[in-house]
Amino acid sequence: MADVVVEQGRLARAARPRKRASLRNAMGRKSTVAFFLTLPLILLIALLVLYPAFYSVYLATLNKAMTKFVGLSNFTFLFKRETFWMVVRQSCIFAVTAVVFKALIGFIVAHFVHNIPGKKQRKWRGMLLVPWVIPPAMSTLAWLWLFDPSYSAFNYTLSFFGIGPIPWLGDTFWARFSVILVNVWYGAPFFLIMYLAALKSVPDQLYEAAAIDGANWWQKIWHITLPMMRNIIAITTLFSLIVTFANFDIVRILTSGGPLDRTHLFATWAFQVGIQSSDIPLGACVSLFMVPILAVAAVFILRDVNKRGNEA
Amino acid sequence: MSRKTLTRRQFVAATAMSSAALITAPYVRGAYAAGKLSIGFWDHWVPGANDASTALVKEWGEREKVEVSIDYITSNNKKIELTAAAEAQAKSGHDILQMPSWWPHAYSENLEPLNDVMEPLIKQNGEVNDTVKYLGRSGGKWLAVPATPGSQIKGPCSRIDLMKKHAGIDVQEMYPAGGPPKADNWTMETFLKAAEACHKAGFPFGIGLGETTDSVDTAGAIFQSFGAELVNAKGDITVKTDAVRQALEFYKKLIAVLPTDAPSWDDASNNKWLISGRGAMILNPPSAWAVAKRDAPQVAEQCWTHGFPSGPKGRFAPFLPYFWGVWAFGKNKEAAKSLLVHLSSPAAIEKFVAASGGYDLPAYANMTKFKTWAEEGPPKGTLFHYPDPYKQQTMSIAASPAPPKIAQQIYFQATLTKMALRFAQGEKLETALTWAEGECEGFMRT
Repeated sequence: MADVVVEQGRLARAARPRKRASLRNAMGRKSTVAFFLTLPLILLIALLVLYPAFYSVYLATLNKAMTKFVGLSNFTFLFKRETFWMVVRQSCIFAVTAVVFKALIGFIVAHFVHNIPGKKQRKWRGMLLVPWVIPPAMSTLAWLWLFDPSYSAFNYTLSFFGIGPIPWLGDTFWARFSVILVNVWYGAPFFLIMYLAALKSVPDQLYEAAAIDGANWWQKIWHITLPMMRNIIAITTLFSLIVTFANFDIVRILTSGGPLDRTHLFATWAFQVGIQSSDIPLGACVSLFMVPILAVAAVFILRDVNKRGNEA
Repeated sequence: MSRKTLTRRQFVAATAMSSAALITAPYVRGAYAAGKLSIGFWDHWVPGANDASTALVKEWGEREKVEVSIDYITSNNKKIELTAAAEAQAKSGHDILQMPSWWPHAYSENLEPLNDVMEPLIKQNGEVNDTVKYLGRSGGKWLAVPATPGSQIKGPCSRIDLMKKHAGIDVQEMYPAGGPPKADNWTMETFLKAAEACHKAGFPFGIGLGETTDSVDTAGAIFQSFGAELVNAKGDITVKTDAVRQALEFYKKLIAVLPTDAPSWDDASNNKWLISGRGAMILNPPSAWAVAKRDAPQVAEQCWTHGFPSGPKGRFAPFLPYFWGVWAFGKNKEAAKSLLVHLSSPAAIEKFVAASGGYDLPAYANMTKFKTWAEEGPPKGTLFHYPDPYKQQTMSIAASPAPPKIAQQIYFQATLTKMALRFAQGEKLETALTWAEGECEGFMRT
C-alpha cells in the first residue's frame, strides 16, 4: 500500500514539469497563436451574430404581445399561411436562379479575362469588379430609376424599337425578372474573381498535355478546368446561396415585395411582418426558417467538398 | 504649534446654525435643476421645419430649467418604427418619441397614460377627430398626444386646367378659396367619370396600387365611402358583404383607367406623376405641390388641393396623424408631459403649420383656419381646403374600425389594394374575397 503511495507521489511530482512544458508547447504552437489572434473577431461575432441569433430564437417562442411563452405555435401558425409558402417558393426560385446565372456568367467572363494579356487584364478586372464594390443599396437605387416605366432609359430605348412600355416592377413576371437581374449584376463579379483565381492555379502543363492528346476546348473544360475548380465552385456557390437567400436590400428598394407579394423573400417578409406590422415574434419565426434550408444546402455542398478532398 | 479643539457645545451650535441657514435660505435653482429630457422627433422633409420644433423645445427648456436633447429621426426606411421597436425592447431610450399612426397601440403596454395632458388640451384646442381617438386611445386611456408635425390628409390634389378641359370640372369653383365647398355633386361616380375622361385624354389620375401608405390610404377612404369593412369594430370578419363587393366593383373600373405601372408605385411615384405634368390628379398631402413649386412652377400654379369625393356612406378623407408618446420607462415623465402641453398650445401649433408651409395638420377642431392655408400659393388659396375647414369630411384611416392591432396588419399587408388588384387582374370576385378572408383570419393572432 505504502509503495503505491510513494509511487503516486513520484508520479505527481514528475507530471508538473511535463504539464508546464506542454503548456509552453501549446502556447508556442502556430494554431494557438492563430486562435488568440482571431479571438477578438470570434468575440465580435459572438456579440453581433450569435447573441442576436439566440435572441431571435427566444423571440420566436413568444406570443404577439411578447408577454408569454408559446413554444412552437408561431411556427405551426406560419405553416398554415398561404403567403408564407409563397415566400418559401419565391426565395428558393430567387436564390437558385440568381446563383446559377451568377456562376455561369462569372465562369464565362473569368475565361475571357484569363485570356486577356497582363496589363490589360488588370484594367478589366478592376472594371468588372465595380458592381460588387458599390454598396448595393446605392446601385439598386440607380436600377430603380432604370426600371421606372414612365421616365426610364430602358423603356425610352425600347420605344425606338416599338417595344413597350414594359411595367418592369408592376407586373409579376417582370418584377421577379428585375430583382433577379439586379442580384445577378451585383453578385456575378464575386464569382468572376473567385473563378479567375482558381483558373490561374490550374497548371498549364495539363492543358498542353490535353492539346497533345487532341482534346478540343470543351473536353479541356470538362476534363481539366471543371475538376480542378470543383472545390472553389462548391464553396463559392454555397457562400453566394447563403447571401442571396438572405437578400433584403435589392427587393426592399425595388419592389418592397410587390406586386401582390410576388417578390417577397424571407428577409423582406420578415421585416414587413415583424417591424411594419408590429409582430416581432412572427417576424423572427419567418427569418429563422432560412436556417434549416441553408443548413441542408451547406451539408450537401460541403460534404461534396470533403469527399473530393479525401480523394485528392 | 497650537491645536484648537472643538467642544461639544460648539459642535451642536454650529450644526444648528447651518441647518437653520439651509432651511430658511431661498431655493436657488441651477441652470438644469429639473433634470434632462431626451426627445426623438420625426425629421421633417420641409427644409427649416425642424427649426420650429427646436426653437419651441429650447424655449420650454430654458423656462423649465430642463436640459433637452433632440434627435431628428427620418421616416425613410422605417427608421422611426425601428427606433420604437428597439427602445420598447430595451426599455430605454428617448423620454418622448414621435410615432406614426399605428404605433401607440402597438406599444400601448410601454406607454405612459396621458389623460392628464389630453383632457385639458381638448378643452383648450377643441375636440379631436374620431381617427385620432381610434389610434391614440385605448380603453379610455390616452396612449399618446397627436403631434402636429407630420400629420396629414391625403386628399385630392387636382390640376385646375386639365380637370376643367378634360373632365369639365372646375375644382376652384367647387372648392372656392375662403368659402365653403359646393361639392354636392363631387361623388365617387363623378370622380370615376373624371378619371375615365382624363385617362382618355392622356392624363390619367395618379393613384398607386402598391403596398405603401399612399396606395393603402386611398383604398381605405374609397372602401369606407362604400361602408366596406374587412373586419368590424368588434373584431368579426366582414369580408363577404355587399359593401365590400360594391367597393371592389368600383375599384375595378378605376384600375382600368390608372397608369399601367400603378401596382408598383410607392409613396414617391404619385408625386413624380403630378410634377412631371402627366396626371390630372393625385391623392396626396401638398408635398407634391410644394416640390412642384420648386421644380415645375408651371405645374404648381395649376394645382388645387380639395376634398375627397363622397360615396354611398359618406365623404371620407384619409387622415394620417403622428403622435408623441412618453415611454413608461422614461426617466423624466413629468417634464415630458409639460413639454407636450407646450408643443400643443395654439401658438406652437400655428408655428408648426407656418414652418411646414401648411403641410402639417393639427388634429384639433379649432385649429383648421390658420392664415398659412389661406395665403399659401401659387395659386393663392390652393391649400385653403386642405385642413377641411368646413368639416365636410370624416377623417378616417384604412382598415378602421377593426381593433387597431388587427387593423395595423390589414394596413401594412395592404390587403385592400391587393384584393382590389387581384379582382381587377382577372381573379373571380369570390376568390379574391376568400383570399382576403383567409388573410384576416391570420391577422386575428394575439
